[in-house]
Amino acid sequence: MKIPTQLRTLTGGEAELNVAEASDVRDLLGKIGAKHPDLTERLLDDNGEIRRFVNIYVGDEDVRFLDGLNTALESGSQVSILPAVAGG
Amino acid sequence: MARVEKLECRECGRTYEAAPIYACDFCFAPLEPVYDYGSIAAEISRDSINAGPATIWRYSDLLPVDPSAPRIDIGAGMTPLLKAPRLGAELGIDNLYIKNDTANPTHSFKDRVVSVALTVAREMGFDTVACASTGNLANAVAAHSARAGLRSFVFIPANLEQNKVITTAIYGGNMIAVEGNYDHVNKLCSEIAQKGEWGFVNVNLRPYYSEGSKTLAFEVSEQLGWKAPDHVVVPVASGSLLTKFRKGLEEFHKVGILDEAPQTRMHAAQAQGCNPVVAAIKAGVEVIRPVRPDTIAKSLAIGNPADGYYAVKAVNETGGTGDEVTDEEIVAAIRLLASTEGVFAETAGGVTIGALKKMAERGTFQPGETVVALITGMGLKTAEALTGRVGPNVHISGDLEKFDEEMRLLSAYE
Repeated sequence: MKIPTQLRTLTGGEAELNVAEASDVRDLLGKIGAKHPDLTERLLDDNGEIRRFVNIYVGDEDVRFLDGLNTALESGSQVSILPAVAGG
Repeated sequence: MARVEKLECRECGRTYEAAPIYACDFCFAPLEPVYDYGSIAAEISRDSINAGPATIWRYSDLLPVDPSAPRIDIGAGMTPLLKAPRLGAELGIDNLYIKNDTANPTHSFKDRVVSVALTVAREMGFDTVACASTGNLANAVAAHSARAGLRSFVFIPANLEQNKVITTAIYGGNMIAVEGNYDHVNKLCSEIAQKGEWGFVNVNLRPYYSEGSKTLAFEVSEQLGWKAPDHVVVPVASGSLLTKFRKGLEEFHKVGILDEAPQTRMHAAQAQGCNPVVAAIKAGVEVIRPVRPDTIAKSLAIGNPADGYYAVKAVNETGGTGDEVTDEEIVAAIRLLASTEGVFAETAGGVTIGALKKMAERGTFQPGETVVALITGMGLKTAEALTGRVGPNVHISGDLEKFDEEMRLLSAYE
């Protein structure tokens, strides 16, 4: 999972975290949260939903276009977290 | 004076030093420049604005730049506000105006935001600027970079209209065509911006860049005789223009330029094929459900608009409405505007006029109320949308008798 600069203070400066196995995005965040609880708190709100200004991607796709937190992961899947950006 | 004191998170209020950053470290929400309105109010006046240049820089007191910084200015702004009686008669609106931002240097309102963003970029020491673009922004960044002697990289969806490709490439910067839609391009640019080496006008410079949109509100008010309009119809992509237009009106009142607090109702216009903001307005919810864009209005085709939430709020708080139009209605509206007022708008302008028509039909505008429709980009950029739909209506050999005959036929039909 790729970590944006804004959150690297919570991963000890790591830009990338690796998880051996995770079935979907929720599972991945749960496993990462066990080690970095502060990190998941920034990504998910009190109801366990993705925060409004957080975009989570599997490969090139925003999970909001896929199955949200239930988006399935395979071995080698790359998950990225990025702040939402307005366009033009 | 106009210097930004700091940046503030729109959600949690945490503050940051003014720097090339765009999202709150804590909640990822957008950051907004904080001004000292007290000292701006002491400096700014209608006279001081009148004494300024006939560009957006006449409002520099309310822009996030160092007053002493050299401006990158190729003449953005002070575009005509046209009274539109013929279009108004068609739509049943008696006090209609068209803000014709096709008259900007690269023919869209993006010249406003880019003139501000690149001025700030140079102030911050960037030698390379970049953007993710649906076309209009690409034009503006390429042109202003050329003028400033900055290196530029513009990232576009590979399927962009040919004319927008040409009108960017001509300025000589780097152009990266990315497979996928605008949201994919945006994601890539967010990742590159994370490196912090380039000034991405709509990513890490966004807090400054988007402030340039306020100048549309400043100008409209000035051109109406220092009065805010009763209604504004705004085409919505990211939601930033609508949000900043309202902010501009409020600031103008706050610093004493407008006598009365603006009561302007903000109305959102989107294409049916990319309507996340209008769908939320109609459903009465604040949550934006992202959509996959499928519309000829490519400059509005942002399926996951980051400022969409704020646009919905601005519409709701001002008593505005939202409407969406089909591709067919967009084309019809482009033709209607051109044939009644002599303004050739791009597809986004068709969205604005198409939505304006629906709003008028629903009785949104009362007699005497001032209605302003923002035409943000020019028609030649999206001429492909009209291919096969307009052309000569008489085809003759070059002989006078034939011509006279055709004219008799024509007048018989009129």
